[in-house]
Amino acid sequence: MTALTLGGALNAALRRALEDDPKVVLMGEDIGTLGGVFRVTDGLQRDFGADRVMDTPLAEAGIVGTAVGLAYRGYRPVVEIQFDGFVFPAFDQLVTQVARLYHRTGGAIRMPITVRIPYGGGIGAVEHHSESPEAYFAHTPGLRVVTCADPQDAHTLLRQAIACDDPVIFFEPKRRYWVKGEVDDVIDGSTAPMHAARVVVPGTDVTLVAYGPLVMTARDVALAAADDGISVEVIDLRSLSPIDLATVEASVRRSGRLVITHEAQQHGGLGAEIAASITERCFFHLEAPPVRVTGFDVPYPAAKLEEHFLPDLDRILDAVDRVLGREHSLTGWRG
Amino acid sequence: MLRSDLRPDLTPHTDPPTAEQATTTPGDVLPRPTAAGPDHETGPRPDPGPAPAMVQLLAQDGTRRPDPEHDPWVADLDDERLVALYEDMVVVRRLDIEATALQRQGQLGLWPPLLGQEAAQVGSARALRPDDFVFSSYRENAVAWCRGVSTTDLVRVWKGTAATGWDPRAVGMATPTIIIGAQTLHATGYAIGCAKDGVDSVAVAYFGDGATSEGDVHEAMVFAASYRAPVVFFCQNNQWAISEPVGLQSRRPLADRAPGYGIPSVRVDGNDVLAVTAVTRVALDRARTGGGPTFVEAVTYRRGPHTTSDDPTRYVDPAVHERWVALDPIARVERYLERRGRLTDELTGTVTARADTAAAEMRAGCHGLEPPPPLSVFDHVYTTPTSWLERQRSQYAAYLAMFDERTGDGPAGDGSEGGGTAGDDAADEGTAGGTR
Repeated sequence: MTALTLGGALNAALRRALEDDPKVVLMGEDIGTLGGVFRVTDGLQRDFGADRVMDTPLAEAGIVGTAVGLAYRGYRPVVEIQFDGFVFPAFDQLVTQVARLYHRTGGAIRMPITVRIPYGGGIGAVEHHSESPEAYFAHTPGLRVVTCADPQDAHTLLRQAIACDDPVIFFEPKRRYWVKGEVDDVIDGSTAPMHAARVVVPGTDVTLVAYGPLVMTARDVALAAADDGISVEVIDLRSLSPIDLATVEASVRRSGRLVITHEAQQHGGLGAEIAASITERCFFHLEAPPVRVTGFDVPYPAAKLEEHFLPDLDRILDAVDRVLGREHSLTGWRG
Repeated sequence: MLRSDLRPDLTPHTDPPTAEQATTTPGDVLPRPTAAGPDHETGPRPDPGPAPAMVQLLAQDGTRRPDPEHDPWVADLDDERLVALYEDMVVVRRLDIEATALQRQGQLGLWPPLLGQEAAQVGSARALRPDDFVFSSYRENAVAWCRGVSTTDLVRVWKGTAATGWDPRAVGMATPTIIIGAQTLHATGYAIGCAKDGVDSVAVAYFGDGATSEGDVHEAMVFAASYRAPVVFFCQNNQWAISEPVGLQSRRPLADRAPGYGIPSVRVDGNDVLAVTAVTRVALDRARTGGGPTFVEAVTYRRGPHTTSDDPTRYVDPAVHERWVALDPIARVERYLERRGRLTDELTGTVTARADTAAAEMRAGCHGLEPPPPLSVFDHVYTTPTSWLERQRSQYAAYLAMFDERTGDGPAGDGSEGGGTAGDDAADEGTAGGTR
C-alpha cells in the first residue's frame, strides 16, 4: 500500500501498464516532456521513450483515428484527451468507428483503446474545461464507460480498462486529482470487476447513487444525514456503461427510496436511465418517486456561477428530504 | 462585391479531352494543365502557379509513352503480366455490372458502381504485397477482388446479411468505411504501427475527391507527415462526390494539397493501369525505405451513379460523360495489347469466360446468402457480453418463443419469413393471410 493522489495513482497505473504490456502506447497532447497538463503522465516519456509515450499533433480526431489503426495493428493505445470539452472533434471516430469495429467485423477486429478524459467542474475554469459528457458515450453501444472516485479505484479501474479488449472511455474527476488515499496495486481474482458498482457507505433509509467527483460529496451527505438520524446508503457506480443495476436494485429494494446525483445536465442523462430502470425493476418497492440532483439543462456556466450549477451537499440533502417526504425542503420543493 | 463573385467555381481541374483529342492525340489525352485554376474567374486572385504534370504511360490509342522517371518501375511488366492486369479489369467490370443488376433485381439493397475506375483500382492494388494493408471506402470492390475477397463476400454487406464482408486480417484489407475519409486516419495509425514493429509493410488509404474536404483526411496527412508514417494516400479523383463536382471541394488540383503538409504528391492518369502501377510502386518503395507518406491523385471518372440510388442525369452533362467514355481504361489496354499482337480472339474469349464465371459465382453466392438468425442482432457488441445485453437478448428470445408456442412453428432462430409467426395477429391479417 502506498499513499498517492488520485492523479499519482493514475500515473502509477499507466506506468504499470507500460511495463506489463509492450503493446501499450500512450498518445496525447502535451503528455510527453510536460507530463500532461495535469501531470498524469509525468515522467513516463522519460522512462519509456517517445515511441511509447507519444506527443501528438493537436487534433483529437487524428489521435483517436490513428489509435484505431494502431489497434488494427495489434497495439493497445491509451489516449489522453486534454479536457472534456475537447473530445468532440474525436466524437465521430469514437462513435462511428471505435465503438463499432468489433461489431462491424463480426468479432474479427478488437479495439482495445482506452480514452482518458479529465472531466467535471469545480475548478474555476474557462469554457469547455468543466464538462460532463459521459451520457453521449454511455448512449453508444460498443463503448464501455467508467469513472473513478478515489485513488484506489483510479489505479485499479485504469489498469482494468487498458487490459480490456473493448474500447473504454475513462473519465477522471479532475477536481479530485489531488485527493490522497492508500493504493494497493495488486489486481487478482478478488479484485472487483470493472463493471461492478460498490456500496461505499452502507445505509437503510435512502439509496444515493453517485459517481466520479460527486462520490466524495455523497459520502459527506451520508455523514450529514446521519446527524439527522437518516441512514443513507451511498453507491459509487464506477461503471456508467454498463451500469451495475443489480447493486442499485438490491439497495432500493431495502431502502425504497432513490436519489441519483451527477454533475452532467439532467435531460437524457444517466440519472434518467437509472430512475427508469429501477422503477421498472422494483416499482412496488419504491416508497417515493426517484429524484435526480444534477447540473441544470444549461451550458456549463462561467466560473463564478458554477457553484449554482453543480450539485452540492445541501442540494443532495434536500433531495434526501424529498424522498423521505420531509417538510423542510430547502428549495421549497415537495415530493 | 457582387453576389456572383461569391459563387463557387465548380470547374473540374482536369477537363476531359475532346473526342478528337481522345482518339488522335495521344499525348494530350488528358491535357496537362499549364495554368492553375478554372476558366470562369470572376475576380482577381493570386496566380498559384502551374498545376503538377500528370503521369501517363499508355496513351488512349494504345501507344506507349516513354517516361524515363517511371519506366523503370514497370520494366518487369511484360505482356503476360499486362494481360493479367487486363483480365483483372475485365473481371471487376463484369462483377460490377453483375452486382448492379443484382441490385436492380432486388437482391441487393444498394451497390456503389466503380465503372470507369478499373485501372485506378487494379493498377494500385496489384502493386501491393500481401503483408501491406488496405483501408478503403465503399467503392473499392476491385481492390477487394485483387486482395482475394470472394465474390460472395463482396456482396454480403450490400445484401444486408452481415455488417462486414470479410475478415480484414485474412485479406489484408479493412472492412470498407462508409464515413467519408475516416479510414485515412486508420491507415496512418496502422502505418505508425508498422514502423514501430520494424517491418516494411505499408498501409494504403483509398478515398475519393470528396473526402479530401474532410478534416480526418487533413489530420491524417498531418500525422503521417509528423511521424513519417509508411502510408500511401491513394485518392481516386473521379470528379464527383455524389452530385458535387471536384471544383467544389478544391480550387486547386487535389495533389497540390499534400506538399503543404510536407508530403510528396503525384498526379497520375487514373485510366492508365500501367501509370497507376508505376506511381503506386514509387510511393510504396518510398514508404518501405523510410521515406514516409505519399499522396497519389489518380485522375479518373465515375461513369456510373454514386450508388444505385443515385440519378446522375440530374447533374451530369452527357457530352462530358461521353468524352470520358472515350477514355475507357480497358479499351486503352486492349489497344496496347493489339499493337503488341497479343489481343487475340482466344485471349478475349478466355478473359470473357473468366469474367462470366466470376459473375455467375457472385450471383449464385448472392442468392445463397440467408438472413442471419434474429438473436444474432446481439452478437459482437462487446468482447464479453454485458448484463444489460444478456437481459435484452433473453427477453427478446422469450418474446419470439411466445409466437412459436402459439403457431407451433419451428424455433425462433430460423426467422427469415416473419409472417408465419405473426399471421394470427389481427393487425397482420391483411398481409399475412397466405401464411396462416
